[in-house]
Amino acid sequence: MSVRRLAAQQPETFEFTPENKAWAEKQIAKYPAGKQASAIIPLFWQAQKQHDGWLPEPAIRYVATMLGMDYIRALEVATFYTMFNLSPMGEHYVQLCGTTPCWLRGADDLKEACRKHIGPEGQVSADGKFSWLEVECLGACANAPMVQINDYYFEDLDAARLEKIIADLRSGKTVDPGPQTGRRSSEPAGKLTSLTEPVTPVSFARESDDA
Amino acid sequence: MPKLTVDGIEVEVENGATLLQACEEAGAEIPRFCYHERLSIAGNCRMCLVEVEKSPKPVASCAMPAGDGMVVRTNTPQVKRAREGVMEFLLINHPLDCPICDQGGECDLQDQSMAYGMDGSRFIENKRAVEEKFMGPLVKTVMTRCIQCTRCVRFASEVAGVPEIGAIGRGEDMEITTYLEQALTSELSANIVDLCPVGALTFKPTAFTARPWELRKTESIDVMDAVGSNIRVDTRGREVIRVLPRLNDDVNEEWISDKTRFIADGLKTQRLDKPFIRENGKLRPATWDEAFAAIATKIKSTDASRIAAIAGDLACAESMKALKDLMGGLGSPHLDCRQDGAKLGKHGRAGYLFNSTIAGIEDADAILIIGADPRREAPILNARILKRARQGAGVDIAVVGPNLDLTYPYEHLGAGPQTLKELADGSHKFVATLNDAKNPLIIIGQGALARADGEAVMAAAITVARNANAVRADWNGFNVLHTAASRVAGLDLGFLPGEGARDVAGILDGAGKGDIEVVYLLGADEIDMAKLGNAFVIYQGTHGDAGAHRADVILPAAAYTEKSSTWVNTEGRVQIGARAAFPPGEAREDWTILRALSAVLGSALPYDDLAALRRAMATDVPHLAERDEIAPAGDLAEPVLVAMGTEPFDTMIKDFYLTNPIARASKVMAECSASLTPDNREGATGTHG
Repeated sequence: MSVRRLAAQQPETFEFTPENKAWAEKQIAKYPAGKQASAIIPLFWQAQKQHDGWLPEPAIRYVATMLGMDYIRALEVATFYTMFNLSPMGEHYVQLCGTTPCWLRGADDLKEACRKHIGPEGQVSADGKFSWLEVECLGACANAPMVQINDYYFEDLDAARLEKIIADLRSGKTVDPGPQTGRRSSEPAGKLTSLTEPVTPVSFARESDDA
Repeated sequence: MPKLTVDGIEVEVENGATLLQACEEAGAEIPRFCYHERLSIAGNCRMCLVEVEKSPKPVASCAMPAGDGMVVRTNTPQVKRAREGVMEFLLINHPLDCPICDQGGECDLQDQSMAYGMDGSRFIENKRAVEEKFMGPLVKTVMTRCIQCTRCVRFASEVAGVPEIGAIGRGEDMEITTYLEQALTSELSANIVDLCPVGALTFKPTAFTARPWELRKTESIDVMDAVGSNIRVDTRGREVIRVLPRLNDDVNEEWISDKTRFIADGLKTQRLDKPFIRENGKLRPATWDEAFAAIATKIKSTDASRIAAIAGDLACAESMKALKDLMGGLGSPHLDCRQDGAKLGKHGRAGYLFNSTIAGIEDADAILIIGADPRREAPILNARILKRARQGAGVDIAVVGPNLDLTYPYEHLGAGPQTLKELADGSHKFVATLNDAKNPLIIIGQGALARADGEAVMAAAITVARNANAVRADWNGFNVLHTAASRVAGLDLGFLPGEGARDVAGILDGAGKGDIEVVYLLGADEIDMAKLGNAFVIYQGTHGDAGAHRADVILPAAAYTEKSSTWVNTEGRVQIGARAAFPPGEAREDWTILRALSAVLGSALPYDDLAALRRAMATDVPHLAERDEIAPAGDLAEPVLVAMGTEPFDTMIKDFYLTNPIARASKVMAECSASLTPDNREGATGTHG
């Protein structure tokens, strides 16, 4: 982690789209009167999604005004959480896990692949399609090494597989997230060693919370 | 009331008190960086660790409530070791630049590292460095020294009411900054430098000028506004280096305004250091004898009824007393201390004081501000109102007058007399709030009084107060907020036109028409000099400002830091300022000038030293001898309601940083005015500098 600064080039203004505005108002309404500031993280998140994956300075002010907060308090939140990107991002934002399990399983090779095919860490690639950053554990250690690209995990990677994903994304092809070795979720890489007897399937699907 | 034992001493503390307060009660000194009595508790520096029986780890005493039966130890080896650990971590990223740091000699970190620091460092990695941050023209930053105590962050939002400082980033990269490094827009901004326990925030105007141990410290009283903040003037030789606040819970707590603090450079420039006489339209330096002779020639050839005197905003009680006696000796009734033309003095002493006192603001439950801008007219008093507003428990604040940012939310009732009339006759809805309040507080500013219908406005305001039962034996909620340090003393001394005599407007009018031939200005610079016509103007004062430019004879006088003088603040509190330095050149203390002049004029004043003058003053006005006291103000006279005008109320202070001759001579204040006063800031275009 290093010092995070707002980008030098900022858009003039920021405003939620009507849909996002309605969504934001719904989020704010979840909190009791006087505690609207609690909605700042979901609102920043939505603002970042709307604004090509990064949070511009006008958006910080816009959200602060919306929640009746002082600008500096909103800036504190935006700079505290590293998942809020303060400068422009590529269309596909690769977050590469470099924590011990992934590192032991070859995260260094993935980094090298990123450097080769995307460019230096933390910079947008020349074609504007990618940027990458090493992050702390993303919690998919059973499928190490892995990266997160935008909202999806790509697991069980090696340099060649990651290079293919990058190439596919670059040429506009769709890619399948999840383990890239054909294994199902985080089951053992070989054959099952436990829970071998058949089980009745149970649905773990949950209702969408923000339909 | 929990009872606990600290180092074997049993103490009983208030409910809700912290362990740190209990330890202090027991006489144990607890080191701290982030904790401050007047700010909320942060608990992030960990320096105040103590040992509590049955607690497995040392406890941060500033954030732990004192509990009944606790056994606390503050001087065990474990406590010392724990604090040494904290200190070692704090020093890891703190630069070793004490020799070039302005905080050196008065640095909490330096002092406490003497007790808890190690002699060497075990840290061999690179130290952290932080970029400097811009915080305005008064606060210099060296952010590498910051230990993130967040006192400045808390002060800005809690006391100054401008939540503009914050901590961005996190962990090792946490940095204190203002939003996008904009200048702090508070009139109290430099107090964060006093609060800063290290050298991260220092005074920009006095950077690298002096070490604290070379300065002589004199306890005195501030005159930049009518609050009478208690100050300490630090001097080296005859030069005032800086002004710092002094503790007085009744007046300024421990804050002072930026104008109070950084006025010092104004005391060095534009000073009148010798007498001047105007000859053939040009001022030439003269001796005291020549100057007095010129005055005597003019005055002796003029009828007393054609002589007038006006006292300015920075005149001390002694000088006004002497000038009043001098005018009395000559037989002239035309004198006035209200150079702004405020219609004060008709309703007894209670009719011109801030009767509920500044500390009393904390007891108010409804506040009505009429034609005042407390934020700029008395920033310290405004901080008290903010303090009250932040206490939460039901205070309704409303304003009649300009709709300004006062740092706390209020209801804007209206702009002028029409609203006040509705409040006085009970038809306004806010009257119900005032009536329901136990301690209603009405503040009337000079902006509402210094106008043609000022007396009518005064009467209406008194009526509002009386109707709300704000004036009673145990509470007087009628308050006049003055802007000038001299005003209350002047009114107390009766430095007012005699029966049928001319007030300021009358004197100016008379001078313009030729009815008044001699005008004595005692530091009065804020009147329209063009209206003085052909009158012979004697200016006694400190700076080459408007008055000196118009004067025919200039008598150089001592500024407030250069004389021992009596001041009465807006509450009616009598305070005595001390001499911290000597006046420049041939300038003399004001009363001595008047005493010497009176001898030349042949009616020598009956006092030869300051003590005799003060005795004479006490004979006239006994309470002026009661130092640090507020004498009972007596009754508020019954108002006579008359029709008011229709002009909306205006405020007295347009530019907070340039209100008096000293401030106008100060470079620092000029810089503040250019970058911080909203009108100047908005008007600034690309062509400005």
